[in-house]
Amino acid sequence: MPPLIELRNIVKRYPGVVALGGVSLEVSPGEVVALIGENGAGKSTLMKVLGGVILPDEGEVLVDGEHAAIDSVRTSESLGIGFIHQELSSLDNLDVAGNVFLGREPSRFGLMDRRRMNEDARKVLASLGLEIAPDTPLRSLSLAQRQMVEIAKALSLDARVLIMDEPTSSLTLSETERLLQVVRELRDQGVAVIYISHRLGEVHQVADRVVALKDGQNAGGLAKDEISHERMVRLMVGRDLDKAAVPAARSIQDDRLSVQGLRTSRYPGKEVSFAVRAGEIFCLAGLVGAGRSEVVQAVFGTDSRAGGSVLVDGAPVPEGSPSGAIGAGIGLVPEDRRGLGLIVEWPIRENLTLPTLGEYAGAGLVKAGPEREAAERQSKAIGVKAPSTEVRAANLSGGNQQKVVLGKWLLANPKVLILDEPTRGVDVGAKAEIYELMRNLTDQGVAVLMVSSDMEEVLGVSDRVGVMHEGTLTGILTRDECTEESIMRLAVGRIEAQ
Amino acid sequence: MRHLLRKETGIFVLLVVLCAVVAVMNPRFLGAENLGNMARLIGMYGIFSIGVGFVIITGGIDLSVGSVFALLGILLAIMLNERHWPPAIAVGATLGLGTALGLLNGFLVTKVRLQPFIVTLCGLLFYRGLARFIADDETKGFGRAEGFESLRELTTGTFLGLPMPFLILLVLSAAMWVVLHRSVYGRHLFAVGRNEDAARYSGVDTNRVVGSAYVVSGLLAGVAAILIAFYTNSISPSSHGNFYELYGIAAAVLGGCSLRGGEGSIIGILLGTVLLQVLQNLVNLLGIPSSLNFAVMGAVILIGVLADQLLSRKSSLGSQHP
Repeated sequence: MPPLIELRNIVKRYPGVVALGGVSLEVSPGEVVALIGENGAGKSTLMKVLGGVILPDEGEVLVDGEHAAIDSVRTSESLGIGFIHQELSSLDNLDVAGNVFLGREPSRFGLMDRRRMNEDARKVLASLGLEIAPDTPLRSLSLAQRQMVEIAKALSLDARVLIMDEPTSSLTLSETERLLQVVRELRDQGVAVIYISHRLGEVHQVADRVVALKDGQNAGGLAKDEISHERMVRLMVGRDLDKAAVPAARSIQDDRLSVQGLRTSRYPGKEVSFAVRAGEIFCLAGLVGAGRSEVVQAVFGTDSRAGGSVLVDGAPVPEGSPSGAIGAGIGLVPEDRRGLGLIVEWPIRENLTLPTLGEYAGAGLVKAGPEREAAERQSKAIGVKAPSTEVRAANLSGGNQQKVVLGKWLLANPKVLILDEPTRGVDVGAKAEIYELMRNLTDQGVAVLMVSSDMEEVLGVSDRVGVMHEGTLTGILTRDECTEESIMRLAVGRIEAQ
Repeated sequence: MRHLLRKETGIFVLLVVLCAVVAVMNPRFLGAENLGNMARLIGMYGIFSIGVGFVIITGGIDLSVGSVFALLGILLAIMLNERHWPPAIAVGATLGLGTALGLLNGFLVTKVRLQPFIVTLCGLLFYRGLARFIADDETKGFGRAEGFESLRELTTGTFLGLPMPFLILLVLSAAMWVVLHRSVYGRHLFAVGRNEDAARYSGVDTNRVVGSAYVVSGLLAGVAAILIAFYTNSISPSSHGNFYELYGIAAAVLGGCSLRGGEGSIIGILLGTVLLQVLQNLVNLLGIPSSLNFAVMGAVILIGVLADQLLSRKSSLGSQHP
């Protein structure tokens, strides 16, 4: 039997760049193939060829052993290829059924047949084991549920191949578990799944086979019994990375940031108190919805506080004002890099200097020379890979974008740096560089507060971990006490008698 | 930045071509009298267009300036001609009131979180109605401007051969160029227009920046209101300043300001203003029925925007990248 999908020697060139230099890939029914590689390795480009989003310059696509000319998204869909994009494309003003059948709503006499649509939607949702009413407005669903709706949409198109691009990057641990379970069930029903992820733990759990890409070329593969963390990393980066991401703190001093009785707008009835000391990386862990982001937003002032106080070096931080928090020495690298961390249309330079522009100005006027020098110096110091600081942030890879967000706060010489999901969607190499930057900061006496849902990161980077559950801090663990199990126990709300 | 320059180049070429065509078809276009009068109009329109452009750069819109001209014009006529206030005080009061109306718009947009379109649309209706009520729907005027002749010179006079309003525009636009393109505040204006949330997360006081754009627009509308009032010399409360907000918006958009915010330049707004006045002038000079005035303007703006769209689409296809 021929493979369901076969990509042969796909070449895609862009001006000045060869995105794909002759890549091949086969997928058979009932298998999960994990596609791994650093950002820019060509994974997404290859999948866009299969999804009909871009046309390859050379190479051939075979479906069921026959040549297939995939020249549009529609052709790709009609061949049974479903594409779940990294950034969800669902419309949150519609309900679930409306999204599943968007663009092909069943109709009677030219009017939308709501009853049939809901009925059909219910069937697809049930086949995924989802108990969501078809008329639930999408905006009331969690990210994980929206992801499931996207999968339902693909399945309702009779997809035989499902491409999933970083499907778990915004999911919590338990949601990820659920998604992986669905992937396995789909595989058992004979669906072929191409699974792209930076999270090697998941790949290990779900993949039947691993295909690695590097710099637009096939970089080898692994059969199921060969899959291991070290081997995958070696294929992707061609070198071994340390398992422990960051060495332990060199010296931890007094409290820098202290949060006392903080009540957030989401959990106004619950108080959170903790302190982050100079020189340490303190991580807030927990399930999504536990209130971690709300805590850091309230500290930084982008969200209002329902009560409590925040101090930096003993001085109170004004409430509800990011500029006030910045003045008190706090910086925030937000979770939504493109939407909140950067002005992506702007060059690297203007992004780097935005919070500190006044320092390169006299009488309110920006001095071009000092501004450019500061930007170039910082860009070099944090290792942004770009030909110049005039490159627009939108044209950078996720890892380099994140370095720019970090860099703009480094220019502000913060006393406290907050990082919300600092390496989401960032490739392995850039991840290590970001961790190193964090550790350098703490060595200079900065207090780092990190929010992370990536268990490897929580375990590998933190000096202490505060675990949250439904708005309360259920426990604080030292680096030695941290295990996946001890964190999960606190995250689901079981407070141990110590 | 390169994108902006390209946008300005486009409108500059369009302007030069249009001028050449009109000049060939009617040499009177280049006559001193015609150029002088056009420069006077460009001065008046340019001043408030810069204010409207500031608001558009923050992602907002100001529809109220035309009615503000009527209200301030009526009040100015009453202050000077009926109450015989000292000119300096009347001017100060007019500028102050223009600024205050801008502040009110800014307050409603940033603190009450109303949409700029709605806030300034209500302003458009409200100030027009107020002007008519105050004037009892009667035309007010300055007559022979006895006692404030020198004030009227700001509109009717010339200096170094240039009409005063044009000179005022040059001075104001130089100042505003520095503010918009060289100051920290200007960078913040572009930041809130591009991505208000990201700007806030970078410590920009977005409410203050957005609100101040409306204040700038209000102040510049106050300056323009005085010049325009003296230009028409009589102010009919129901028609004075009608559609002027749209000239401002059109000039800004033609000059490369994006209605989505975050884009625009002083040079572009000036070129847009000049283009609109050349179009007005062209209708007169080429013997096109003046009833077609708006149709010509609408058509040329549409063509300009279409051409720009096609060009940018072409160039973005050429440089598509993963």
